[in-house]
Amino acid sequence: MTKTQAGAEGATAPSAAPQVPAIELDGVVKEYLAHGEVVQAVKGVTLSIAEGEFFSLLGPSGCGKTTTMRMIAGFEDPSRGAVRLRGQDVTDVPPNKRDVNMVFQSYALFPHMNVWENVAFGLRRRKVAEADIKRRVGEMLEIVDLTGREKRRPREMSGGQQQRVALARALVNRPRALLLDEPLGALDLKLRQAMQIELKRIQREVGITFVYVTHDQSEALTMSDRIAVMNNGLIEQLAPPREIYERPATTFVAGFIGTSNLLTGEVERVADGHAVLKAGEDGRVLVAGGAHRAGDPVAITVRPEKIMISTEEPAGEVSAVRGTVSEVVYLGTYNSYVVGLPGGAEVTVFQQNAHDSSSTAERGDSVWLSWQPQHSYAIGS
Amino acid sequence: MRRAKAAVAPYLLALPAWIWFAIFFVVPIAAMASVSLTTGNILEGFQQTLSFSNYADAVGQYHVQLIRSLIYGGTATVIMLLLAYPVAYWIAFKGGRRKSMYLFLLLLPFFVSFVLRTISWGFLLADDGILFGPLKSAGLLPGDFHVLATDVAVIGGLTYNFLPFMVLPIYVALGRVDPRVIEAAYDLYASRWAAFRKVVLPLSLPGVFAGVLMTFVPATADPVNARVLGGTGNTMIGNIIQTEYMTNNDYPTASALSFTLMAVLLVGIFAYARSLGTENVLEAAAR
Ligand SMILES: Nc1ncnc2c1ncn2[C@@H]1O[C@H](COP(=O)(O)OP(=O)(O)OP(=O)(O)O)[C@@H](O)[C@H]1O
Ligand SMILES: [Mg+2]
Repeated sequence: MTKTQAGAEGATAPSAAPQVPAIELDGVVKEYLAHGEVVQAVKGVTLSIAEGEFFSLLGPSGCGKTTTMRMIAGFEDPSRGAVRLRGQDVTDVPPNKRDVNMVFQSYALFPHMNVWENVAFGLRRRKVAEADIKRRVGEMLEIVDLTGREKRRPREMSGGQQQRVALARALVNRPRALLLDEPLGALDLKLRQAMQIELKRIQREVGITFVYVTHDQSEALTMSDRIAVMNNGLIEQLAPPREIYERPATTFVAGFIGTSNLLTGEVERVADGHAVLKAGEDGRVLVAGGAHRAGDPVAITVRPEKIMISTEEPAGEVSAVRGTVSEVVYLGTYNSYVVGLPGGAEVTVFQQNAHDSSSTAERGDSVWLSWQPQHSYAIGS
Repeated sequence: MRRAKAAVAPYLLALPAWIWFAIFFVVPIAAMASVSLTTGNILEGFQQTLSFSNYADAVGQYHVQLIRSLIYGGTATVIMLLLAYPVAYWIAFKGGRRKSMYLFLLLLPFFVSFVLRTISWGFLLADDGILFGPLKSAGLLPGDFHVLATDVAVIGGLTYNFLPFMVLPIYVALGRVDPRVIEAAYDLYASRWAAFRKVVLPLSLPGVFAGVLMTFVPATADPVNARVLGGTGNTMIGNIIQTEYMTNNDYPTASALSFTLMAVLLVGIFAYARSLGTENVLEAAAR
């Protein structure tokens, strides 16, 4: 039953049905028994990852990202549900017979082998001809820019180099999918950013499905085709980065992704295709789309960079609220303002430093905040 | 000034140990080396004559026991390794939360004196003792069957007595193997056997090395097992040294034999270290 899985070595040609997803999780649950109590690490995850996709699992610590990934790799048996790779049920297939490879959070390089032996390990186990091993390992080391360091031991390399060895060791097998568990977690910011670009380039070059685990939202947003935001063992939202960022499905997603302003209010009236919420004495919040009726309580999010600051009341069909600047932080190319609203809510605003170096508002100033109706995003739950 | 003090501190702290080592190890060794080159006897006294022929005479007279000791020690070490590795592996990977209890059970017999333990093995293996007596009267074993006073008894005793010193270092080495590294091997298509052979075993070799060192040397030099469990045909070099020294008061011969044994063991250990790959072993051990 497992022969077809392991035997598909190097088969990158499209299969008869290219629309078959690379990876599918179907109602997957993982329960652990800890101190006599059943703990649900993953509470029912269903997702489908397309061939060649860069897919991220994003969420706070302990939300079940690693557990989900280990079930795809085969290190954990799901308590319920099924795992399918290219349509084949592999729920009971051991990890060494699954055509996916994993890059571990701690790299897990073989400490007693040099770089070359580490990278050749998988090919050796699959009895690839020695000449092919030589060629493929050489090519792979070139891709990850480690040519000339074949004889080094993992211990003699920097974190970034070890990370690239781990990547090469997995990729050289040309797996159907590569699973990466916070592969950049141990690196400093600068190296991390360089490696993000590198990873993206490698993914494009080899065209393999990447499943990427991270708790760094900016990493997920910049690299992924789609993101599954997880919380507490469940997927809160599964969507492309832009959608996750601009239209968070739940308050959790809104709070977790970037800085987001959450405003709540009651619909006053519906006019011209948007709902109008009352905000303070003379303020208003416009929400695009006509799904609301007068009297509905609504929660909306607005991104800090979508908001304009001005001293005069803005005109036109825009949201406009009044507040007092409580903080100004100079952040290089932009300023970050915190503006307190009469109701007690605080709004963060990012304003580009385009024209002159003096900021448009000072601490204590009374200002108007405005934004377009389509940037008020009503949260579903 | 502070820096100078900080640099000197480790040396000062190590000084008592070095002095202890010098007085109780180097001095007696040097004294024994000197004795091994003297001639004379206990009544007329010994004179330093630098007679290296003591060595040739001692080895010529007792090479049979010397070789026998190396064979017994080596055989016991191999058996210990075969017995200890699975036990250490099992405790390290399957012991769960009871690991320390299993280790304690393994060490429990060692709260009893070495000699007493060996003597009780003697009772156990006696020709008509609790083990063989009933089997013989039941007709399951021939009447002249015996284990005591054979190679088997002595090697068995050595194996039993030194086994924990093989288990412990292997257990420690296995415990230091990162489970993620083993998972990585499975992930890279290794079967259970391949993961063991290519990853677990090499990473545990420093423990095997330490275990062999800690068992082969004392087992080869041990006089107790051969005396208690062996017969006249199982005498080991340790017994000879003891007899020459304690009974015959032939100090030069006893000393010469001791040094010969030491030299043989050192050569053996170095050859062994080389064959295992000194660099690998020491490197891995240094981690
Ligand atoms: N072997 C286990 N036994 C008991 N509970 C476990 C086990 N493994 C994980 N858990 C629990 O399951 C939950 C999810 O763990 P998981 O490792 O998947 O989190 P994660 O999202 O990867 O977190 P992080 O970002 O910190 O790596 C946690 O609450 C954890 O305590
Ligand atoms: Mg994790």
